[in-house]
Amino acid sequence: MSAPNKDYDPVEVTPLHADQVESMRDAALSAIAAADSLEVLKQVRHDHAGDRSALGLANREIGALPPQARKDAGMRVGQARGAVNQALAARTAILEQQHETTALAEEAVDVTLPWDGAPVGARHPLTTMGETVADIFVAMGWEVAEGPEVEAEWLNFDALNLGPDHPARTLQDTFWVTPQKAALVLRTHTSPVQARTMLMREPPIYVVCPGRVFRTDELDATHTPVFHQVEGLAIDEGLTMAHLKGTLDHFAEAMFGEGTTTRFRPSYFPFTEPSAEVDLRCFVCKGDPALQRECRTCRGEGWIEWGGCGVVNPRVLIACGVDPERYSGFAFGMGLDRTLMFRHGIADMRDMVDGDVRFTLPFGVEL
Amino acid sequence: MRVPIDWLRQYVDLPADQSIEDLTEKLTMLDLKLEEVDRVGADIQGSLVIGKVLSAEKEVHSNGKTINWCQVDVGEAEPRGIVCGAHNFGVGDLVIAALPGATLPGGFQIAARETYGHTSDGMICSGAELGIGGDPSGIIVLDPTEAMVGDDAIELLGLRADVIDLEVNVDRAYALSMRGVARDAALGFGVAFHDPALIDVPSGGESYPIRVDDAAACPVFVARTVTGFDPTRPTPRHIARRVELAGMRPISLAVDITNYVMLELGQPIHGYDRDKLRGTIVVRKATAGERLTTLDGAKRTLSADDLLITDDRGPIGLAGVMGGADVELGDFTTNIVIEAAHFDPPMIARTARLMKLPSEASKRFERSVDPELPPYAAQRVAELLVEFGGGTIEDGVTSVGVAPVRKPVTFDVGLAARVTGIAIDAATVISALEANGCLVTVDGTMLSVTPPSWRPDLVDPYDFAEEVLRVVGYDKVPSILPTAPAGRGLSAPQRLRRRVGIALAGAGFVEVKSFPFAGPADWDNLGLPADDARRRQVLLENPLSAEEPGLTTTLLPGLLKALALNVGRGQDDIAVFETGRVFHPKAGSIDAPVYGVSKRPTDEEIAALDAALPDQPQRIAIALTGERTKSGWWGKGRKAEWADAIETFRLVARTLNVALEITAEHDHAPWHPGRSAAFHLNGTLVGHAGELHPRVCKAYGVRAHTAAAEIAIDDLINASPDVTPAPVFSTYPVAKEDVALVVDDAVTAESVHRALAGASELIESVRLFDVYTGDQVPDGKKSLAFSLRLRATDRTLNDEEIKAARDAAVAAATAATGATQRI
Repeated sequence: MSAPNKDYDPVEVTPLHADQVESMRDAALSAIAAADSLEVLKQVRHDHAGDRSALGLANREIGALPPQARKDAGMRVGQARGAVNQALAARTAILEQQHETTALAEEAVDVTLPWDGAPVGARHPLTTMGETVADIFVAMGWEVAEGPEVEAEWLNFDALNLGPDHPARTLQDTFWVTPQKAALVLRTHTSPVQARTMLMREPPIYVVCPGRVFRTDELDATHTPVFHQVEGLAIDEGLTMAHLKGTLDHFAEAMFGEGTTTRFRPSYFPFTEPSAEVDLRCFVCKGDPALQRECRTCRGEGWIEWGGCGVVNPRVLIACGVDPERYSGFAFGMGLDRTLMFRHGIADMRDMVDGDVRFTLPFGVEL
Repeated sequence: MRVPIDWLRQYVDLPADQSIEDLTEKLTMLDLKLEEVDRVGADIQGSLVIGKVLSAEKEVHSNGKTINWCQVDVGEAEPRGIVCGAHNFGVGDLVIAALPGATLPGGFQIAARETYGHTSDGMICSGAELGIGGDPSGIIVLDPTEAMVGDDAIELLGLRADVIDLEVNVDRAYALSMRGVARDAALGFGVAFHDPALIDVPSGGESYPIRVDDAAACPVFVARTVTGFDPTRPTPRHIARRVELAGMRPISLAVDITNYVMLELGQPIHGYDRDKLRGTIVVRKATAGERLTTLDGAKRTLSADDLLITDDRGPIGLAGVMGGADVELGDFTTNIVIEAAHFDPPMIARTARLMKLPSEASKRFERSVDPELPPYAAQRVAELLVEFGGGTIEDGVTSVGVAPVRKPVTFDVGLAARVTGIAIDAATVISALEANGCLVTVDGTMLSVTPPSWRPDLVDPYDFAEEVLRVVGYDKVPSILPTAPAGRGLSAPQRLRRRVGIALAGAGFVEVKSFPFAGPADWDNLGLPADDARRRQVLLENPLSAEEPGLTTTLLPGLLKALALNVGRGQDDIAVFETGRVFHPKAGSIDAPVYGVSKRPTDEEIAALDAALPDQPQRIAIALTGERTKSGWWGKGRKAEWADAIETFRLVARTLNVALEITAEHDHAPWHPGRSAAFHLNGTLVGHAGELHPRVCKAYGVRAHTAAAEIAIDDLINASPDVTPAPVFSTYPVAKEDVALVVDDAVTAESVHRALAGASELIESVRLFDVYTGDQVPDGKKSLAFSLRLRATDRTLNDEEIKAARDAAVAAATAATGATQRI
């Protein structure tokens, strides 16, 4: 670098000549253009645009010029440096883009590789079906009632108008706790929960009771000693069998799709009068004569036997402390296991109880 | 109840073209549910004709058999040559010939075939080959008055018949008869009903001496006598065929007639050989230990609850269930005493059940038979016996007791509409009740309704509403969705149980549902000590298997069996969970009271019911084996171990937002004494987790190191906060400090952690990040490395404060556990 020009004499500073500046600029631009990586470009920036580059040094020489010469030289060098910086920025952008593209390409993986190290779980479909049913009724303002599985004989039978001689009470049908005089049974239905609800609450009552129940059947493809029911009970002023039908129609639609209807057939249950069997319009063939004959879900019937129901027998109301002059009610009950079987095409009941995870896994956590 | 349609038609004017489908649909909607339609003989095809045997030559063949080579006139130009192996017929007899091209029941096809050196041009048929009863050993020989050569045998023998099988509910005992089904069919189609019981019955006099000692058990007993009966006479073919189509076996004329009348009217009849009776027939309860040989040949020991028919020698019949062998109608019976009685239904049911004797008679008596029927049924039997067997009906009728008079039931005419939700007018109600046989008197809006004698089930007003509905039609019930009052949704426990289930499934556990039965073998397999409370189980009177005599006290046996099943089926990496109740007898358990049903029990009485129940809390249990995370292209997996069970316990607690204290558990079966933990919630034990004892794994056939946990979920759910308070947290910078502490092996990480965390309020969190044993620490000791996060709520901590807090933490750990800082 030249010494400061103290005496105001015009001094010739070679690097500031126009042709010199232009050649510095051109050398820089061609080096920038030739740079093929960010590393090379970094060196080019140092060599051609850094403080010690030709243009950088030239820039510092400007101060050494007499004032009258500074303007011209400053403009010349400034323009050249501007052009170089612009070119550097443009080249940087291009090279960064190229670098990113290359780097991303190098990081590419086979995204179809299985990542199945974590265990997969599921809830039992009987659980989730019970919840689905509960939700349908909770959405209507009903509540979910629960009760013990070992139940007092009086609540399982007497309170429900199954008299002392009813055959269902025998050891052939019902599990009795030892000794039999303890008057305790494994509940044979979830109806004692209904009785308990009536005993403990004032009407109106709208409850649904899903739960595990017991009968002394040997386990085979279509029977199991431990199974699941869902029962419903409504007690209010002015309830009729029509409200029962409306409730079951809604239940059927919510469970099996729009347009699924039910029909009543007369039947007998001690706890209801009148009593009916409720059949479900087959949700697969929908009773279409063309499809019905081959339908495996309803076995060609067009209807599926779904459960029992009826108007609560006033004797039950009386035993459970509900005034039959003021209130009436209806009740219904379905087997959840059976519903699961025909809804999902399960051929063998044992699949549901033996705990093979391959049965349960496909059902996930919701039905 | 099997109902041959032709027989039914005798009592109800069904249109000739009435289809079976419409009939059964109608009956089903009247509560007589169709089980199945049995089209008997539908598979019979081709020519079955009456033939006359013109000649029969006996030929002895080399295989030792003698056959008849017959020429049979079947009404064609030439007789047919037929080979027959039977010998109970002769020349001139009328027989049934199946001609080539015919198909017999069961698809047996008849063709002309070469046999015993002849072309047999058809077959002479036995009853068995035609699917009808009778002498199975021989071919059918017809009486010359019955048929002509060339007649159609299918028609003549009633080989084709449609039979409907109906499911009869317990409240419709009347439908266990043609009479009852016909009455309902008439009701359903609005056509005339012809009551077969509507016959003249004499009264008065004495037929046979009868005494009833237990009028409650036997309110009505009618006896008639027929003398001079010819026991050799065959049962008329149509009677035998009807009895058979209805599902009973034809036996002899007298027996078939008693069965026929039972099927027709629903009244079981018992016939006695009068010459075998000794003295007065007495109806009384048995004395315990009395013995009787019943018709089926079984020697039965009686109890004081059984009702007996006796004579001077002792028991001669189990009333309403089965007769005795001593006085039964036999091949030489000429004088017959006919018994038609009414018995107390529950008593018959009890005896039939205990004796395992569900006879056709008991089936009817236990559901209650029309108590007015006995005199009519006895008369009907007597008439048929004489009609087909000859002899005389003795004049006298012995009749003990009378049918109870039915009292009218009063209710308002709007009841049926109120119960069913169908608009039913008064006229419809009254006509529907009358169609059911009720006597109705009207007083303003009130009805006074007397049920017919055959409807013991009609007692309460609602029973009559059902009968009205039956006539109006169940399909007329409209569909109206009731509006329930606003509900409270699921209860907190219900929601939380779902949440736990979803959390466990999310953590890779599969839910199983086991039976809650277990027994001593399970307690032994689990290694429970002799005095373990879990050995005290609620026992069952009638368990399905002797190995599992009662209810389980832990969910683990079911889970371990499920685990073993899955491993046995080739699934190696298994994690399962179950939610369910366990059952513990209460100390000093009391019997549950049994109350009446005429009013609500008091609150105290209800409490007494609950007090008698065993404890039955909900539990959640988990078990896992195999790889917890699988090995794969990413590297090695990790085997399931004790820590997974413990962490799953913590997961459940986290899900429920409750804080548990963990301690090492060294002596709790079925867990490994060095690899299991106990969890407490506010000082209450809520479960265990860890690796199972190697002996337990072996006993259940699951792999070593299987881990499990069992959680008293009710306790956790009850402790789950209704409202979680929001946290307060600092936004000042955090200071991170690591400390390595050397402690004795026996010191738990949890105790060091607790000491560190509680040392200063500046300690925001403590996390164990390494456990080291080896050269750098003395034998019998281990190094635990914790990272501490320090932070104040109101300022940035300076170096002195940070050091002070760290030193305080170490000092607390030293004080609590003897920890020394590792430099």
